Amino acid sequence: MSMNLVWWCFAGALLLNAAVGLRFVTTRAGSADSFLAALLIGTTGVGLTLGLGEALEQMRAIDLALALALLAAVLGVAFARHAPFAHARSTQKARDDG
Amino acid sequence: MVDLFTVILLAASALFFTGGTIGLVRLPDVHCRLHALTKADNVGLGLLIAALMIRADSAADLFKLAAIWLLVIAAGAATCFLLAQSARRPSERRGP
Repeated sequence: MSMNLVWWCFAGALLLNAAVGLRFVTTRAGSADSFLAALLIGTTGVGLTLGLGEALEQMRAIDLALALALLAAVLGVAFARHAPFAHARSTQKARDDG
Repeated sequence: MVDLFTVILLAASALFFTGGTIGLVRLPDVHCRLHALTKADNVGLGLLIAALMIRADSAADLFKLAAIWLLVIAAGAATCFLLAQSARRPSERRGP
């Protein structure tokens, strides 16, 4: 089995994980948890960039992943700062009713 | 030999990422989901970085990979804290 195939399989597994996670976070977790997508995209995006860079034998993928990691930090903080507090209130109401 | 270690580390990394996704889907609360996203996914990424480090061509690549991992961990920690704080009840959200 060539090394290239191993990298493609890993990238495929990571993509499947990201897809399942995103699907869950955007539809079934409820609106209170949709900001988890920022963390999910940041980590699995960097993993996918690195894995696909090795699969395609691109040497510049590491620089791309570094830029993505920096942007993920900024994006995550911006997302968290503007997370609407009304969602937190709706979670609290559900907790009080149930 | 390097290929064998790479395959082992990649398999472990995929396992941790899958565990993180399972935790994200199956855990009951947003704070528990933050645990799954921050810890399991970052360990999976660390194992992937380790698999890449043993195949690195130059010292610059080695340091860049270490920097990527540290940055993702720091970003995850900061984002996790802010998200957890914004998900709490409004009465107990603010500090002094």
